[in-house]
Amino acid sequence: MTTTLLPALTSEARSVAHRSAVRPPGGACPCGGGAADAVLADRDDAQVVRHADVVAKAHAPGTGRRDLTVRLAVAARLPELLLPPLREAPTALHGRLITFWPHGVPVDRGDPDAAPWEAAATLLAGLHATDPAALPQPLPQMRGPAKAARALARLRAAGPHPAAPPVLRAWAALPDWARGEAPAPAGRRGLCHGDLHLGQLVRAEGRGWRLIDVDDLGTGDPAWDLARPAAWYACGLLSPEEWTRFLDAYRRAGGPALPAVGAAPWPVLDVPARALTAQTAALAVAKAVAAGRPLDEIEQALVDACGRMA
Amino acid sequence: MQCPKCHAPMHTYNRNGVQIEQCANCRGIFLDYGELESLTRLENQWGQQAPPPPAVPQAYPPAPGAPQAYPAAPAPAWGAPHGGHGGHHGHHQRHKSFGHMLFSS
Repeated sequence: MTTTLLPALTSEARSVAHRSAVRPPGGACPCGGGAADAVLADRDDAQVVRHADVVAKAHAPGTGRRDLTVRLAVAARLPELLLPPLREAPTALHGRLITFWPHGVPVDRGDPDAAPWEAAATLLAGLHATDPAALPQPLPQMRGPAKAARALARLRAAGPHPAAPPVLRAWAALPDWARGEAPAPAGRRGLCHGDLHLGQLVRAEGRGWRLIDVDDLGTGDPAWDLARPAAWYACGLLSPEEWTRFLDAYRRAGGPALPAVGAAPWPVLDVPARALTAQTAALAVAKAVAAGRPLDEIEQALVDACGRMA
Repeated sequence: MQCPKCHAPMHTYNRNGVQIEQCANCRGIFLDYGELESLTRLENQWGQQAPPPPAVPQAYPPAPGAPQAYPAAPAPAWGAPHGGHGGHHGHHQRHKSFGHMLFSS
């Protein structure tokens, strides 16, 4: 499917870029005729291409039109927090739903010191402080726990591996809501991104950092959005300094997911951080099995953390 | 273990080197025999330091079971014994984990 989808998706991106209002009618595209095409992602669950300043995304097969349309409308409503789409409705292409976005500059993967921890925390705080009732409806559930459950299913399907049992045990010890089998506990519900990592931030033309990828956005426990950095910190991937910068910026921006300054954040973060550690470990093991390679040191650290949980 | 009050699961945390159980639901705290004394002792040690040193970020998350100075950034008991860059991952590993793990779902 991908072999025919990618050229078609690129063609759509080109068509939207060439109709862009920023150019005079009939004016030349800054692309100079094709040189600006790039494939930004080509995964099982998403293809993303760029032409000049337009990005086109083909969402995962089976993505529901109603939920995606609401999520796009939320992004359009909160342009100070989320990158707003170029068009408010998804269109169909080769059996997939596609959306269009302005291009943004991603976080530099080669420069850990330049990672925008404060911006990420501040954007999340704004998202979590937004009243879900004031947003387009019906707002779907945040899909973080469902995504974690999918990663564990992928681990089970990958076949036996010595690292699988500790990950499965850590997962089984989680409460049902964190495994995507029940709604988040009452009183802990807000607007969440649902899949925060550093690939979910871009700087768009004329704007500061914005969150992208609304596929998992919805209502849920906002602590979930803080829990991936929490899991990185707990597993030694993130330094205490970076973790403290992130937490302090979230609190300074009035983020509601954490108790007041001075109170320990871990009682709130623990369950989602365990879930995200299990999710990340499950994907790492499944990928290692598929590639027939051993776990690297970082992947093993995630599995070891699962082993200490249960 | 289960919370004796509301029966939700309790999770273990490391507070200043003392393992305590806290309920995920009602936030109640359970202390084993001797743990209250350990916490009181640590509190007294902290109070006797005059003037108290400024709270500086730690190089590592607290190791489970190891006595700690004032924890600027507590970590869960299931966390890595030696986390953070400069730990056993080193500079190269930090770059690798940053560009790889921190950018994917």
